[in-house]
Amino acid sequence: MAGLRSTVQALTAKRWFRLPRQPMLRHLSFAAVAAVALYFLTQWLSAFNDYEVGQIGFYAIALAGLTLLTGINGQISLGHGGFMAVGGFTYALLVEHTTWSLVPELLVAVGVSAVVGAVIGIPATRLRGPYLAGMTLMVALGLPYITNQYNSIFGGDQGLNTPPPTGPASVNPTEWLTWIQLLGALIVLVLLGNLVRSRFGRSFRAVRDDEIAASLTGIHVARTKVIAFMVSAGCAGLAGAFLALSAGGVNSAEFPLALSIYILAGVVLGGTGSLMGVWWGAIIIVYLPTQWSQSLASDFHANALVSANLAVIIFGLVLIVTMLVAPGGIQGGLRWLAAKGAAYLSSGGVSNMTLSLQEPTDRPVSDGESVRTTTK
Amino acid sequence: MQFFLDITLGGIATGMIVSAVALGLVLIFRATNVVNFAQGAMSMITTYIAYDVLRRGADYWLAFVVALAVGLVFGAITQSVLIRPVQGKSPLNAIIVTFGFLIFLEGLAGAIYGSTARNYPAPFSLSGQKLGGTQIAFSPFDLFVVVAVLVLMGLMLVVFRGTDLGLRMRAVAFAPEAARLLGVRVRPLLTLGWALAVAAGAMAALLVVPTSSLTPNFMDVILIYGFTAAVVGGLDSPVGALIGGLVTGLSLAYVGGYLGGSLEPMAALALVIVSLMVRPEGIFARPAARRV
Amino acid sequence: MSALEIDSLSVSYGAVHALTDVSFNAAEGQVTAVLGANGAGKTTLLRTISGLVQPRKGSIRFDGERLEKMSVEQIVRHGVSHVPEGRSVIEEMTVEENLRLGALWRFGRRERAGVIDEIYELFPPLSERRRQHANTLSGGERQMLAIGRALVARPKVLLLDEPSLGLAPIVTARLMAVLRDLTAASELVVVLVEQNARSSLSIAQRAVVINLGKVVVSDDAATVASDTELRHHYLGY
Repeated sequence: MAGLRSTVQALTAKRWFRLPRQPMLRHLSFAAVAAVALYFLTQWLSAFNDYEVGQIGFYAIALAGLTLLTGINGQISLGHGGFMAVGGFTYALLVEHTTWSLVPELLVAVGVSAVVGAVIGIPATRLRGPYLAGMTLMVALGLPYITNQYNSIFGGDQGLNTPPPTGPASVNPTEWLTWIQLLGALIVLVLLGNLVRSRFGRSFRAVRDDEIAASLTGIHVARTKVIAFMVSAGCAGLAGAFLALSAGGVNSAEFPLALSIYILAGVVLGGTGSLMGVWWGAIIIVYLPTQWSQSLASDFHANALVSANLAVIIFGLVLIVTMLVAPGGIQGGLRWLAAKGAAYLSSGGVSNMTLSLQEPTDRPVSDGESVRTTTK
Repeated sequence: MQFFLDITLGGIATGMIVSAVALGLVLIFRATNVVNFAQGAMSMITTYIAYDVLRRGADYWLAFVVALAVGLVFGAITQSVLIRPVQGKSPLNAIIVTFGFLIFLEGLAGAIYGSTARNYPAPFSLSGQKLGGTQIAFSPFDLFVVVAVLVLMGLMLVVFRGTDLGLRMRAVAFAPEAARLLGVRVRPLLTLGWALAVAAGAMAALLVVPTSSLTPNFMDVILIYGFTAAVVGGLDSPVGALIGGLVTGLSLAYVGGYLGGSLEPMAALALVIVSLMVRPEGIFARPAARRV
Repeated sequence: MSALEIDSLSVSYGAVHALTDVSFNAAEGQVTAVLGANGAGKTTLLRTISGLVQPRKGSIRFDGERLEKMSVEQIVRHGVSHVPEGRSVIEEMTVEENLRLGALWRFGRRERAGVIDEIYELFPPLSERRRQHANTLSGGERQMLAIGRALVARPKVLLLDEPSLGLAPIVTARLMAVLRDLTAASELVVVLVEQNARSSLSIAQRAVVINLGKVVVSDDAATVASDTELRHHYLGY
């Protein structure tokens, strides 16, 4: 064991083993490696699995936006599916009424979602905790009513069509869409990763931790909160547009309240505030309501009622159990393991290893250990 | 004119129910500084249990008592198991836990009972009464609703202002640490607060269900309205819960009556936003900050 | 009655050592002043005695019992009453309700009126304001209420955290006089934490000076008051 320990120490002490220092370069190198790996993955998988990987991609985008808003800026949103709906419907309307190409349409969808994010975010600056949560919940519940009221624009029950984009003739359309979605995810994650480490990221966290202290250091608290909402809503909007592409069309049934719940659960499970953790949450959102719960239901010979509700039951349990047992989510758990491993491998002092799983002063939502003892 | 009167009366009845829900939310918030998003879902469960009791041949009032008793126990257990671990921590944790509990309970009810609507009887007639020759849209059941909620609020008032227990609970809600230093046992009181709040919610659900129908989601929209009422009236004021409930009930009735029923959730949202922009703490909330 | 014996008490908040090896005795019928600069650990000391904070090591002995392992509720029932820093009165309640709250754990309905009346005798201004809400009281009256509420259950140990904070000198003087007379008459153990060393030394019999979590002086109050160098160094006057 001592031999292993000293070997690892020696390896990590050498400079060439370290990752590039500047955040942007580091993120880009990660993204490049990931892009290559994902390319090979999509080649290896069948078309349907590609489709699912693409879904994982865009759910990761939505989760990234929400984890930024809630974990890093401290504002909870129980209705993020609503922003996805805005993005999805905007994109669909553009497809219906214009002849623009994919990228401008996506960008406009993002922009519109960001604007709606500002509309919600501005009154939200006055709210804290449960009030904010309640208000966002009401938004999510009320949105279907709007789309139903204005049937002619939004296409009513049938909704609007969004055919997948055509790529080069040699590429399978599903595969092409998947690449686009994954590329979108990587771009968003790189951008958000840089944002988190930038001055903005610092002001987000400062506002989360102590609004009064933040304003005393010159941070414009309300503006920061609105920007966080806009960025987060923009991400959700992009994800909603991608969802529309995957589904081939949009109607209000594509964006039920359950979607908002899944997104929240995905963020919590992955690790609130962790950009790396969004992949875990996205995987769960894609596989749990469909394949996993179906196989679970058939394993236990559950009746129709149970299997229809199993996904919701499990997601509810995920939210509760994660918060009670492991508030840092999966990423938090991995970080804890890595810290234990580092402590073991170094001689009890400060570890030399630059752990790629670590993110800057990211506190999981759970970090409520205060100096004063709290009353029970 | 008749229409206006009918709508107003309907709004009052709805408003009273909403007040009862808001009261449960206020109780829990004042005692434990947590908004119980699962309040509606928990009272849905107590209603299903009461329904089962009815199906076995019991009469309405036995089922009523059972629902309240189950509510007490349910609230106590939930607080001890789910809420105590997250109480001292960031408020986001409690929000997520109660929200997760909400959807868990709705999924559970769906799995056990399915989503087919069931009928739950009312103890009194649901048809509007004749008052001096004119037909008004206020039934004996509506009267029961108003009376029941007033009795509930009266009981709360008596307990909180007149008894030692109420004094302790108020102390724990306003200044938990100071209360501890005076020998008040805080933990059991928090549990008791939840027990009472969920029992109040159970009663509110029984007042809703005869005119709605029993499904796993039937309390969702009432929770939203209860939340609206609590925001308008102030999340830490029982009187505010009552006034907020009436304001909400009447507003929704007028919007629904004159503009269309599907706009009611939007009206509630608008009410919340306006209330928060004008007076974020609510009309009746105390301006003093909460102390640790 | 016995003395309050603090022995080798050490308290940490995570990596921060708030108190290290604090030892002293506070005798009954005496005021023991605990002095020191801001952040020295005085408040932590009181919070540890009353049970809000658990010590890392050391013991707190009173009346033959070891208090450091008990819960706050148990410690209160052993006769320890802690008046925390700041105006700890419950503003949303009346004066009478605040006092009643203090009496609840010990006295049933019948005896309560009697013990509350004793507090009204001790602090006449409170008597005039029985039915008023506590947020209408002046600073001095609130402190009287806080102390009165702590005394209602007839404690054996009274812990006071900066009672003179924010009060005018004349009000402070009156408060200190009441404390002095009360202690002498009742064999109360009084631990008085103050930044305002002068006023507390004037009524104390013993003084303990804490600096950076450690006891630097533990002596008669008169000796400490006359030691000008010590006063300059640790107490700022």
